[in-house]
Amino acid sequence: MASYSTNEFKAGLKVMLDNDPCAIIENEFVKPGKGQAFNRVKIRNLKTGRVIERTFKSGDSLEGADVVDVAMQYLYNDGEFRHFMVPDTFEQYQCDEKAVGDAGKWLKDQDSCTVTLWNDAPLSVSPANFVELAIVETDPGVRGDTSGGGGKPAVLETGAVVRVPLFVQQGELIKVDTRTGEYISRVKE
Amino acid sequence: MRLRAQLLADIRQFFSARAVLEVETPVLSHSSGTDPQLDFFTTDYCSSPLRQTLFLQTSPEFAMKRLLAAGSGSIYQIAKAFRNGESGRFHNPEFTLLEWYRVGFTLPQLMDEIAELMAVLFSGHGALNPIQRISYQDLFQRYTGLDPLEFSYPDYCAFARDNQAPEAEGICGHDHGLWLDFIFSHNVQPHLGENAVCMVYGYPACQSSLARINDRNPQITDRVEVFIKGIELGNGYYELTDSKEQDMRFDAEQVVRQERKRPISAKDEHLIAALEAGLPECSGMAIGLDRLLMLLTNSSTINDVLGFPISRA
Repeated sequence: MASYSTNEFKAGLKVMLDNDPCAIIENEFVKPGKGQAFNRVKIRNLKTGRVIERTFKSGDSLEGADVVDVAMQYLYNDGEFRHFMVPDTFEQYQCDEKAVGDAGKWLKDQDSCTVTLWNDAPLSVSPANFVELAIVETDPGVRGDTSGGGGKPAVLETGAVVRVPLFVQQGELIKVDTRTGEYISRVKE
Repeated sequence: MRLRAQLLADIRQFFSARAVLEVETPVLSHSSGTDPQLDFFTTDYCSSPLRQTLFLQTSPEFAMKRLLAAGSGSIYQIAKAFRNGESGRFHNPEFTLLEWYRVGFTLPQLMDEIAELMAVLFSGHGALNPIQRISYQDLFQRYTGLDPLEFSYPDYCAFARDNQAPEAEGICGHDHGLWLDFIFSHNVQPHLGENAVCMVYGYPACQSSLARINDRNPQITDRVEVFIKGIELGNGYYELTDSKEQDMRFDAEQVVRQERKRPISAKDEHLIAALEAGLPECSGMAIGLDRLLMLLTNSSTINDVLGFPISRA
């Protein structure tokens, strides 16, 4: 794998740091007029998701990480692993719950999502920004309530729980923003 | 752009009222600075059959000192300077410097003038708090508890570890100057000049560059840096006039360049000769005008105040 010098660091670049794959978030060039130049870099550890700050001497370099985002289709959960497929090649990958993480509660069979591969092994899964899921359980709706109010919790078919407005009924299909976990709207079938 | 024109006009008026002469010196030169921290641009001069390598200046300092030695009196210049590889939120490889020299001025006198200039330039852009003047040592101690003049490796390492920068140990090793650069830029500079002009003087001798060593305390040097809102604006010295001392520092810097495998620069023999002929006692200051404009316009990146930043130049 190629190595990258500090002046090639830019947001999104994947590098190896302390043996973990990381993504660069921000790179700031710091140089006293008469002194050593540094690069203060904000980096996300792709394994743990934790963000750290690290300083490098300008000109130092890091090994690139073989990390790619691949669009895949979620197939099924066999109890231990979740299975994904690349639609173009039919290549399949299995992910343990640790790699799937929070994305798990938004994944419905056949849905498309993005799987991040590190050295061809799944590292993490991100669901589509918006998903459409059916409500399997919620309190009966209140007629006349069009919006506002506190809302009520609703359990979705994937197990996720979101707050929905009072008028939304059990069995209805709703659109959810997976980044915030918030209800967006009802979906007409 | 309009503000830049206004800024230049204000500066010219300020110096003309003080009878400081505006000068122009070559941007392209046969020699370059030896500062191990600066990378210069080189270019080929083809004057058949000769082929020469010329350098773009990293600052107009040397040429201006030659004028001073030739008896110019106090002078100033607004010049383009070039530093290779420097690009970031506060850096563009080509930038504009205001550099001026005051014959007969000591460092405190120069600092008074800097304060007056800043007051003029910032008038009409929101009032600044009173000017702060503080010595490097006091400042360093206040924000880190460390003594910048006495290098204590274990103390510096412990400080770095306590401040989530364990990598400092590997980067800086036993290099005192490097440690000071690291800690100052990470833990001190961001606090400086909160809506005020902050002048830091009395830099440790290992960070003296072209400044004179202080008469009373050989551990510090007569150098001043100006900060506003954590941004380094400029650097000034009570100028070194001893040609032998200057020659020695040049040679020492060349050795460092060699160790760091940086391109060896051509030492400016003209400057040494000028110092030998006699540089008058003087103080000089350089201020980055692009950064000053950033402050005047509250810009977060230098690209906002440049006509065309390097990527589009």
